Amino acid sequence: METRGHHISHKFDAELEDVRNRVLAMGGLVEQQILQAITSLAEGDTKLAEVVIDNDIKVNSAEVAIDEECTHIIARRQPAASDLRLLIAVIKTITDLERIGDQAERIARMSQRLAQFERPKNQYGELKHIGELVAQMVHDALDAFARMDAEAAVNVARQDLKVDQEYDGVMRQALTFMMEDPRAITRMLDVMWTARAIERIGDHAKNICEYVIYLVMGKDVRHTGIEKMGGEIKR
Amino acid sequence: MASQQGFTHGINLDALNRTQQKMDIKAETICLQTSALNLFYGEKQALRNVDISLPAKRVSAFIGPSGCGKSTLLRCFNRMNDLVDSCRIEGSITLDGSDINDKKVDVANLRRRVGMVFQKPNPFPKTIYENVAYGLRLQGVKNRRLIDERVEKSLHGAALWEEVKDRLHDSALGLSGGQQQRLVIARAIAIEPEVLLLDEPASALDPISTLKIEELINELKDNYTIIIVTHNMQQAARVSDYTAFMYMGELIEFGDTDTIFTNPGKKQTEDYITGRYG
Repeated sequence: METRGHHISHKFDAELEDVRNRVLAMGGLVEQQILQAITSLAEGDTKLAEVVIDNDIKVNSAEVAIDEECTHIIARRQPAASDLRLLIAVIKTITDLERIGDQAERIARMSQRLAQFERPKNQYGELKHIGELVAQMVHDALDAFARMDAEAAVNVARQDLKVDQEYDGVMRQALTFMMEDPRAITRMLDVMWTARAIERIGDHAKNICEYVIYLVMGKDVRHTGIEKMGGEIKR
Repeated sequence: MASQQGFTHGINLDALNRTQQKMDIKAETICLQTSALNLFYGEKQALRNVDISLPAKRVSAFIGPSGCGKSTLLRCFNRMNDLVDSCRIEGSITLDGSDINDKKVDVANLRRRVGMVFQKPNPFPKTIYENVAYGLRLQGVKNRRLIDERVEKSLHGAALWEEVKDRLHDSALGLSGGQQQRLVIARAIAIEPEVLLLDEPASALDPISTLKIEELINELKDNYTIIIVTHNMQQAARVSDYTAFMYMGELIEFGDTDTIFTNPGKKQTEDYITGRYG
């Protein structure tokens, strides 16, 4: 990535830098939300789940505040080229971050319910595993955003396939349990909803990677499939 | 369809499938073309190897910092540079395929085909009517009715008719700056040129007059090839179909305006339109 010069207007530079920093801060918060939600699930920690649920409001207000800031910059500066793409990418990224936040909150609520049931021997190890996988995806996607690294973004997006596979595995396992012991159906449904929420986080992280590619290359790779995506950045 | 009854607006798939019409230079008819164009003012080289093909009945904008050669290039198209003694031109410029610098070309005739409007409105100290009729009289048109018709048509074309129809025989100098500029455009289109060269046409005008000029440009492009030089990048983005970025006498990039303003190919273009140091 070639280095970008400074704007003649230092204030404009500062404004864009501020927006980027706020997105990364929001991303950090969301990442923490995922990890805490997963921990509360694995450890049956309902107090921690409560914290996650309460913190979702912070994620929501970050989205609103950043959106507003972007609107102001567009109105005042009429940004073009990479500046315009940065703001469009930011507006889209924070929408996905906010939804990731919602999924983290959902996981926290599920963990509170699951805490009331008998716990499996592995303490929901498989959910914890995918949870950590998607948290890492979110982390790496934001890292690619911060460094404007399209190649890294493609690599992160590729991880989503792995998440989907693990998700299928959890779903099959849950079905087997339900068939073996109908008394487990209530608990297993909650497990499935949790797995679903985690899987969705992977999809949102992938979306963020697509925005990074748009930001860096000016190419819209949504709905094109991972192979095409990888091909685009080599061109 | 019955299944659509519940929807307020129905499902208009055409609207969804309609993609924004993309400008494609390859599909255009080329009106003006330069190749290996070099221009010198004495020792100083003002244009370096400019190759550009400007499409007919489209708006092309030239942008770039002061002294980059954009006005010089514009003035090549109707040989305004002939008026500068020390000016020397190499390379070719064609209008509809024929060389405009050919010895056989009648410059007055060329300028009739390629009209020009300048930064500062320059109406003649005559009546509004006479300003527009001037070019026709110069051509020797005597038919009163024809002149009347053409004056009205041109003033309509320049979106000025409604404002001046009751005062056609008042002095043009009594008009506001924005009106004067539209009058000058009416004067330019009265002789029905093919090309209109606009050199910073709105830079001396207030925002509303500027928007009126821009609206006018949009209407005029149905009938004329328009080339506009502007310092105002947002203006170039608003009015043009194609944008050329020039720097230090060179044409850096020429492409459809949407691409230039969202994803330019050259770093120099990017730096200029985003307002960065080069």
